Amino acid sequence: MTVLATALSDFLHAAVEPQVQVDAIGIGAIYALMAVGIGLVFGVLRLVNFAYGQLVMAGAFALAYASDQDWPVWLGIVLCFVVVITLTLAMERVVFRPLRGQPAATMLVATFAVAFLLQAVALLIDQTDDTLGEPAASLAKLNVPWTILGTDVRKITVVAIVTAAVCLAGLVLILSRTTVGLHMRAAAMDFETARLLGVRADRVIGSAVLLSGILAATVAVMLTVQQPLVTSTFALRETIVVLAGVVLGGMNRLFSATLGGFAIGYASGLLGGALPTAQSQYLPSILFGLVIVILLVRPGGLFTRGLGPVERV
Amino acid sequence: MRRARGMLTIVAPITLVAATAVVGTFFERSTEIYFINALIAVAIVVALYVFVGSTGVLSFGHISFVAVGAWTAGVLSVPVAEKPATMPFLFDFLAETTVGNVWSLVLAALAGGVFALLAGLPLMRLSGLTAGIATFAVLEITNNVLRYYEKVGPGLNVFSSVPETTDLQQAAIGAIAAIVVAFAYQVSRFGRQLRAARDDAPAARAVGISVYRQRLGAFTLSGALAGLAGGLYVHYLPISVDAVYLDLTFITLAMLVIGGMTSLWGAVVGALAVSGLDSLLAEAENGAAGIDLPSGSRIVVVGALMALVLIVRPSGLTGGRELNLGRLLRGSPGRRGAA
Repeated sequence: MTVLATALSDFLHAAVEPQVQVDAIGIGAIYALMAVGIGLVFGVLRLVNFAYGQLVMAGAFALAYASDQDWPVWLGIVLCFVVVITLTLAMERVVFRPLRGQPAATMLVATFAVAFLLQAVALLIDQTDDTLGEPAASLAKLNVPWTILGTDVRKITVVAIVTAAVCLAGLVLILSRTTVGLHMRAAAMDFETARLLGVRADRVIGSAVLLSGILAATVAVMLTVQQPLVTSTFALRETIVVLAGVVLGGMNRLFSATLGGFAIGYASGLLGGALPTAQSQYLPSILFGLVIVILLVRPGGLFTRGLGPVERV
Repeated sequence: MRRARGMLTIVAPITLVAATAVVGTFFERSTEIYFINALIAVAIVVALYVFVGSTGVLSFGHISFVAVGAWTAGVLSVPVAEKPATMPFLFDFLAETTVGNVWSLVLAALAGGVFALLAGLPLMRLSGLTAGIATFAVLEITNNVLRYYEKVGPGLNVFSSVPETTDLQQAAIGAIAAIVVAFAYQVSRFGRQLRAARDDAPAARAVGISVYRQRLGAFTLSGALAGLAGGLYVHYLPISVDAVYLDLTFITLAMLVIGGMTSLWGAVVGALAVSGLDSLLAEAENGAAGIDLPSGSRIVVVGALMALVLIVRPSGLTGGRELNLGRLLRGSPGRRGAA
C-alpha cells in the first residue's frame, strides 16, 4: 500500500511540473479540435466517423509533398486544406449520403472501409520510394521551443492552444449567430422535426461536414509540426483516443464531446509526462482503464447532466 | 416444413465451410493457406456473431479474446526445451508445462471464455456506443499488456516454434464447431430471450428477461469461441501481437456487417466472401490470375468494394436473414421490414 502511495505522490509531483502541464494542455487542445470535428458530424448524421484520422493523415501527406517540392510553407498549408476539404466533401457525397438513415453499425463499418482505403492509398504513395514515411521538414521550425521561466514552450504548443481557442470561438459564433448554425443545432437535436420546419438536410449536413474538414486540416498542420515523419498510420492512434474521449465526455452534445476530447488529451499528456519510464509503456492500459471506470460510473457522459439517452449501435 | 427450414439454418453454413475445406485440398500448399485463413476467419466472425448478432451491440473487444486464446495455446504448446530461447521471462509454471494440440485449443477456449466473463461482469451493464467504446478499451489494454508483459508470452516477438497443427481439416473442424455452438445458442431459450431484448428491450424486460444476465452469457460464450479461434490461429502461423489487434478487429467486424450481422448464414458468408476476395487479389498482386496489380493495391480494392457492398446492400449480402430455399426459388428479394 505504501508503495502505491509513494508512486502516486511521485506521479502527482511530476504532474504539477509546469513543463508537463504545458505539454498536456497542448495535446488537449489538438484533441479537442478533433473531438469537435467528430462531434459535428455525429450531431447531424448520427455517424461515428472512424475515417476522421485518415483525413488528417491525407493532410499530412499533402504537407510532406509540399515540403518535398520545396514549396513555401503557406502554399503547403493551402494544399493541405484543399486536399482535406475535397476529400471530406467527396466522402460525404459518395459514402455518407447513400447510407443516410441506415443502421449505425452499417455506417460505422462503411467508415472503416473508407479508412482502410485511404490508409492503403497512403501506403502505396509511401512505397513509391524506399524510405518508410515521408518527411515534412519545412514545418519543423515551428517545433523549436521558447524558454519562459525555465519551461520549454514549443511554438507549436502556443499555436495549438491559440488555434484551438480561435476555432472553438469561431464555431460557437457560427453555431449561435448564423442561420446555418441554428439549423445545425436544430438538426442535431431532432433531424426529422427540423426538416419538417424547413431545414434543408443536404445543406445542413454539408456545412457540418465542411466544418469538420476544415478542423481536420487544421489538426493535420499542427500534428505534422510535432511528428514530421508522415506514415500511413499517421493520426490513427490519436483518432482512437479522441473517439474514446468523445464518448466519455458525452456524444450527444458538442460541448461535452469537446470537453471529453480535451480531457483525454490532457490526461494522456499528464500520464506521458509524469509516469516513470519503467511504467510509461503501460500508459495505454492506464488511460483506457480510466476510460472504462468513467464509462461505468457515468455511462451517459462525464460532462452531461444526469444520464443521457442511451442510443444503440 | 418448419423443422426442415430450421435444419437448413445449420446445414447450409456447415456445408459451405466443408465445401471450402474440400476445394482447398485440391490446391498445393501455397494456395491452401488462403483456405485455412478463410476458415479461421469464419471461426472468429461466428464467435463475434454470437454476441453482436444477438445483442445488436458492436463489440470491438473480441479480438482481445482471440489474442488471449492465441497466447494461451501458443505459450502452452511450445516444447519446454525451446521456451527459454523465445520466451525467457515466462512464469515458472508456464515455462515448465507443455500440452498437446487438442488440450491447448480447449484451454484457449477456456481462457477466452473466462476473460470475457470477467470483462463482461462490469461492461455488460453498458449499452450502445458506450459499450462499444468500453470494449475497445478492453482491446487496447489487452494488447498493451500482451505487448510488454513478457512473463506470459513472447512480448514483441513472434510466436516461433509453436507446432503448426492447424491444417485444412483442423480449421474446418474448428469453424464447424463454432457454427454448431452458435446455432445451439441461437435456438436455445437464452438466445431467443436475448434476440427479443435486442428488438425491444423494454418489452423483454417486462416479461422478466434479465438483459444484463443474458448479455453476459452471450459475451462469455462468444469469448470462448473467439479464444478457440485464437488457438487455431497461433497453430497456423507464427503470429505477433500486431496480428491480433486493430486490423483484425476491423476486418472481422466488416466481414460480419457485410455478410449481414443478424444471421449465422450472414456471418459465414461475410467471412468467406471477404477472405475469398482478399485472397484472389493477393494472388493478382503476385501476378497470377492474368492481371497484375501493384503490390499493396489489394487493400484499396477491398476497401472500395466493402464500401460499395454497404451502399448497395446496407443490411449485408444476406440481408441479415438465414438461408431460405423457398424465398430463393421464388426469387423475391423480400425486403426486410423497417429496421
